[in-house]
Amino acid sequence: MATKSILVDYLARVEGEGALDLEITDGQVTSAQLKIFEPPRFFEAFLRGRSYTEVADIVARICGICPIAYQMSAMHAIEDAFGAKVEGQLRALRRLIYCGEWIESHGLHVVMLHAPDFLGFPDGIAMARDHGALVKNGLAIKKAGNEIMQVLGGREIHPVSVKAGGFHRVPTRTELAALAEKLKRARDLAVTQARWVATFPFPDIERDYEFVSLRHPDEYPFNEGRLVSNRGLDIDIADYDSEFEERHVAHSTALHSVLKRRGNYLVGPLARYALNFDRLPASVQALARESGLGPVCRNPFRSIVVRAVEIVYAFEEALRIIAEYEPPAAASVTIEPRAGVGFGCTEAPRGLCWHRYEFEADGAIKTARIVPPTSQNQPTIEDDLRAVASTVLDQPDDTIRHLCEQSIRNFDPCISCSTHFLKLSIRRS
Amino acid sequence: MSDRTRPRLAVWKFASCDGCQLSLLDLEDELLTLAAEIEIANFPEASSVFSEGPYDLSLVEGSITTAHDAERIHKVREQSKALITIGACATSGGIQALRNFADVNDFISAVYASPQYINTLATSTPISAHVKVDYELQGCPINKAQLAEVISAFLAGRKPNIAAYSVCVECKLRGTNCVMVQGVPCLGPVTHAGCGAICPAFRRGCYGCFGPMETPNTPALSQEWLAHGATPLDISRAFRTFNAASAPFLKESEAHGD
Repeated sequence: MATKSILVDYLARVEGEGALDLEITDGQVTSAQLKIFEPPRFFEAFLRGRSYTEVADIVARICGICPIAYQMSAMHAIEDAFGAKVEGQLRALRRLIYCGEWIESHGLHVVMLHAPDFLGFPDGIAMARDHGALVKNGLAIKKAGNEIMQVLGGREIHPVSVKAGGFHRVPTRTELAALAEKLKRARDLAVTQARWVATFPFPDIERDYEFVSLRHPDEYPFNEGRLVSNRGLDIDIADYDSEFEERHVAHSTALHSVLKRRGNYLVGPLARYALNFDRLPASVQALARESGLGPVCRNPFRSIVVRAVEIVYAFEEALRIIAEYEPPAAASVTIEPRAGVGFGCTEAPRGLCWHRYEFEADGAIKTARIVPPTSQNQPTIEDDLRAVASTVLDQPDDTIRHLCEQSIRNFDPCISCSTHFLKLSIRRS
Repeated sequence: MSDRTRPRLAVWKFASCDGCQLSLLDLEDELLTLAAEIEIANFPEASSVFSEGPYDLSLVEGSITTAHDAERIHKVREQSKALITIGACATSGGIQALRNFADVNDFISAVYASPQYINTLATSTPISAHVKVDYELQGCPINKAQLAEVISAFLAGRKPNIAAYSVCVECKLRGTNCVMVQGVPCLGPVTHAGCGAICPAFRRGCYGCFGPMETPNTPALSQEWLAHGATPLDISRAFRTFNAASAPFLKESEAHGD
């Protein structure tokens, strides 16, 4: 038996620490493991005993790239447990700050981390030597996302304004009007960027994913909706445990998440887009079509186009919210703690971020559970690696290694969610 | 400019959220200029080029929580002319240092179904507990303008211009009314400046994410909090967040019990 092994020791251009171990035996991929060796930080353990009032600041620290996702899922869970409802302009402001996070997070990935793969550069800075204008545009887009975070949250990383019931402070109309001017300019750059990434050379690979995302009656989903899939899943977020299961595997400090009945699934831009295309405004749908996308995209390499389109959507949505903004009478609604359980599930840039908290009567946390997007995608990333590597087994190791690394970056994995990344070893003989 | 003449920068990650190294990429207007002045020789989050050391400047994010990382940091130090820690994790152990107050095995079994797969130390410790550190930039997250200043200063061979006073001074500079006099508990009087006093401007108390200022009078602040109606538990929780293991905050949280 001929066995060959290809290893990538430390995956680059991903947020976190991981490695890839690929085993090829007699011309077949016999094992593909995405090893996550990010040291565990135990958020769910040290949240026990903390007050609900501290949760927004603590969970932000799970991820420096998507703190809003953790804050939003947690705040919805707290409000669910305590029977509070955040509506009207406060709800709209939550969507607005989420738009900022999608723009900065997707913006970073599209231009600095993912585009270099298609154009043959090691990073965005090297790419800037040949594609200076487009890299600068990309950075300007990312900066505009960060400006939304700053105006609403005080700073781009670990913003300080989010609290249970709303915000500590809400922006004035003047502040948002000034922001809108910047967003309009950046939106136009984002349209150019979407058209640009659509021209990249994409490997001809289609995957048969079970897509899972939130679905809301009227909106492209950020904070609320039912959990749905393209294979008939349609449940309340509180019923997550009846359909999903987390498993602890030896090669990862991130728990693997699977659908109990059907196994691996995909969350994130491809899933959100496929399940909610009809919720996008006509102008964004038209841009998607012009960029070579149908209403469903199953090619993981084209996720860069979907992200570029979602960035444009986030700008449109942010501008719509700002145009309709009237400062609310109070920056937050009253929260009265009580004993109980609450659930929150929102769409992080990388997909579903699900939280469950159990509270004591005084609002102290009894138990906490947090399911981040990358751990849900990890088994699917391994499936993709197996499939993608199989198409190039006759090629040199370096080619296989490069395509595998690229394949992982298709998911924009964020491994700091107690999870981190990569090392590629290809073993074959 | 040839790479031989440009100073070589490396960025390293230990246990962290990635937010502090992200601050480098958040320098959207300065990034390309900076990259022309220095060689980014090792920055895995941003580039697939891994250039061997030695490095003129290493930026270290994250705390030490595994035996493997406790060895790795020595290798980083050996290859680095100057080593700067960026952020609360690298400087004081971060939020994950809350394990220092608990039984780590209890933490592991609270999160993981198969504790035998998890290899971790009982404590989260700052980089300075393991190797010599040339400068510590505080903050959770760090301020990106301060990061640019620290990099420039080290490359120019001068001392970074980072104020060591408290957040209170930044509130005055910003013209924010003191929230403490309005009855809102605030850690600003003992917290290192650098954020720009964001929280009081957002009508809430400072929560200490930049860690202790140079000579904090934490007992006096706690007395003030008690007078405002805070409980000892509120005080101990307030000091036990992102800089819980920094000496002054550790001492003050212990003074108010568990």
